[in-house]
Amino acid sequence: MLQVNRRPKSLLDVKMHYCPGCGHGIVHRLVAECLDELEVASRAVGVAPVGCSVFADHYFACDMIQGAHGRGPAIATGIKRSKPECIVFSYQGDGDLASIGMAETVHSAARSENITVVFINNSIYGMTGGQMAPTTLIGQPSTTSPKGRDVKVNGYPIRVCELLSQLDGARYLERTSVHTAAHVIKTKKALKKAFQNQIDGKGFSMVEVLSMCPTNLAIAPKDNAKFIAEKMLPVYPLGVYKDADAPAAGGK
Amino acid sequence: MPEIKIDEMRCKGCELCVTACPKQCIGMSDVFSVTGYYPAKFSKPEACTGCALCAQICPDLAIEVYKEEPVKK
Ligand SMILES: Cc1ncc(C[n+]2csc(CCOP(=O)(O)OP(=O)(O)O)c2C)c(N)n1
Ligand code: SF4
Ligand code: SF4
Ligand code: SF4
Repeated sequence: MLQVNRRPKSLLDVKMHYCPGCGHGIVHRLVAECLDELEVASRAVGVAPVGCSVFADHYFACDMIQGAHGRGPAIATGIKRSKPECIVFSYQGDGDLASIGMAETVHSAARSENITVVFINNSIYGMTGGQMAPTTLIGQPSTTSPKGRDVKVNGYPIRVCELLSQLDGARYLERTSVHTAAHVIKTKKALKKAFQNQIDGKGFSMVEVLSMCPTNLAIAPKDNAKFIAEKMLPVYPLGVYKDADAPAAGGK
Repeated sequence: MPEIKIDEMRCKGCELCVTACPKQCIGMSDVFSVTGYYPAKFSKPEACTGCALCAQICPDLAIEVYKEEPVKK
């Protein structure tokens, strides 16, 4: 018999601590597959965030640094500038990247740092127990908005891809999802491009992945997948928001 | 016949593979695993096409998919 799928070598053979149905495990596997297939694992350096994926350094079989909350892109900047031969990625949740770390996100994109950012948008703070994130939907309950996010009090959700697409330094921005197997396959393609861009020296590349946090949405994983399809997709449309390689809109 | 192997020590019973399988080959066990979950089980092997969509969605890399070697002509 032929084995169709194999655990990527860039992912250590250990059990991950994530909750049942959490999207982090899926995206970890995809990132590791990219490192394998692009043959960059031996010179890859990952930056783990603060958030549920704080232990990502226990899972990836490449060099890893665990950064302070939200500072991933700044740390990745330092690593990449001092060791340009390394393939550097920052892996971050939405609290980490779009709240406390928004300045680092925006400025690393504006500087067009040649790094790859993997951004997990699960619409909530996972690790700390389900507080409202910048990405929490209007009306979505969280422990800090028990009656649902109220725009009068809490403002509006932030669309990070759209926001960064205004910056000339952002070279590749795509939003994908992992709520179905077909979307997982598309996410892999996007991640691979985001890493290939770095290999080719193209500058700041980010993939935003809509993902499940069933524990803090307090729903079953399959219902979290449905929540993404029905509630998140209309607010966070999937697609490529920036591709410096693509011909400019409107053509010549 | 294609087949899948579910590692009960890794499976956390999230059921995402159940919804991902286009052939409804996967069900859930009603017996607790050692790790304390109701794991997925390969309940309809005869329908499996080896498409590996179940393994694509599994967050815990608990599924291995096998297919017959292609016949060389
Ligand atoms: C400086 C600092 N402020 C606040 C915290 C508390 N804290 C830990 S994780 C987290 C947010 C995690 O949410 P997210 O980035 O969305 O990741 P997830 O856990 O959902 O993957 C916060 C606020 C901290 N550890 N350090
Ligand atoms: S709390 Fe949410 S994000 Fe954190 S491991 Fe559990 S499901 Fe994943
Ligand atoms: S390989 Fe495809 S058909 Fe077989 S169990 Fe998995 S999803 Fe179902
Ligand atoms: S997707 Fe993986 S962890 Fe979830 S039930 Fe299926 S085999 Fe178990």
